[in-house]
Amino acid sequence: MTEKTAIFDIEVKLFIQAVFMRYNYDFRDYSLASVKRRLSSVMMVHKVKTITALQEKVLHEPEFFTAVLQYMTISTTEMFRDPDYFKAFREKVIPYLRSYPSIKIWIAGCSSGEEAYSFAIIFKEEGLLNRVMIYATDINPLILEKAKAGIYRLEDIKKYSINYQEAGGKASLSDYYAANYNAVAIDPELKKNIIFADHSLATDSVFSEMQFVSCRNVLIYFDKKLQDRAITLFHDSLSMQGFLGIGSKESLKFSKMSPRFEHWSTNERIYRKLK
Amino acid sequence: MIKPTDRLIEAIFIGTSAGGVQTLNTLFDLLAPNFKIPIVTVIHLGEKPFIPSAFRAPRGLKIIEAEEKDMIQPGLIYFAPANYHLLIESDKTFSLSNEEKIQFARPALDVTMDSMAEVYNKKLLGIVLTGANEDGAAGLLAIKENGGMTVVQNPANALYPTMPEAAIKKSAPDYILTLEQIGSLMCNLKGAYE
Repeated sequence: MTEKTAIFDIEVKLFIQAVFMRYNYDFRDYSLASVKRRLSSVMMVHKVKTITALQEKVLHEPEFFTAVLQYMTISTTEMFRDPDYFKAFREKVIPYLRSYPSIKIWIAGCSSGEEAYSFAIIFKEEGLLNRVMIYATDINPLILEKAKAGIYRLEDIKKYSINYQEAGGKASLSDYYAANYNAVAIDPELKKNIIFADHSLATDSVFSEMQFVSCRNVLIYFDKKLQDRAITLFHDSLSMQGFLGIGSKESLKFSKMSPRFEHWSTNERIYRKLK
Repeated sequence: MIKPTDRLIEAIFIGTSAGGVQTLNTLFDLLAPNFKIPIVTVIHLGEKPFIPSAFRAPRGLKIIEAEEKDMIQPGLIYFAPANYHLLIESDKTFSLSNEEKIQFARPALDVTMDSMAEVYNKKLLGIVLTGANEDGAAGLLAIKENGGMTVVQNPANALYPTMPEAAIKKSAPDYILTLEQIGSLMCNLKGAYE
């Protein structure tokens, strides 16, 4: 390791500790390579020369921390991203959820809300919208505001429409938004049963009993210890024989809870909690 | 100039874009069986999935998709999964990220190269092959600045010269070589068969 890299690593660890102590955002058990990369881009954009200088600014200027947090959390998402996942949910999970008089699902790491609205659309098309409560959580308050607003760029809609069709959509995606200039606004009816809320998989605990948890492309940023914490949280949140969906490149293998789940959908990463 | 036989190389990075499948297969054919040094490959595939069987592994080697938290092992050729950036942690395990595209690409060569450069320093060999964009140029510079060995495919022989040309311009690599020469350089690396 070069001296420069060694110093950078020390600074990053101190920075993460400082952020935790000052703001209670816990990145201590995140995979470091990605955190380091994002902090490097904050330094570049805000023209700060060292992480130590960044730390000073973050400690003393809460609004600057909010800006830095936008870099430290990844917000990449789409409606019906990985259409096969949503298709499998509709075909293999919905028939079981149908038997519940009221259904609770949890989108952990919901980012700007596209995935929560995608599920709302499926529930509507399956005639279950009035029976479902969707809890969509994230650690980033600004992105949660965006999720609540449900306003997306028109240029992204083409991709979302293709995804929707590939996911087995029964109508046209345009039935669920109103287009205006360069943006679309999600149909307010879809919002009625969604609660967007602040929740951290690193520091918070179980808040309700769920029949389905979807957490995709969040675990990849966690080390093994934090993955285990998150998966344990999902396990404890799920009702008996509830379902858990994770990202296509993620697995349960680093969690002690892994034996408590069975693989439910062969090609998609959907699991079912054992009895 | 770093002589390939002087330097113990622990890992090799190969990055490519347009023309990459054919070019990688030609290069893999040039490697002698049981080549030991682990190879990490990033190829732009757009939204298409990575299919190991599209590539011919040299005898005694295995081609696999890199999985998060896997430890980099000798005798394996790793590919970044489609639609994820591939990073390397300081304990030589893989991490994935789906943060925004870099140079219009995910996976991006630059992302993997930056993190490998920091972990392997002078024990890394970075190779940039054919491609029609400029991804990999900044990454090759990072490898060079961290003391690693740098090689670019001669643009005159590349199916698409843009990527090699950009890498040459940005990083002034140690070697500009034909594919045949890159193959023999790799086979002559210290530790390639030990």
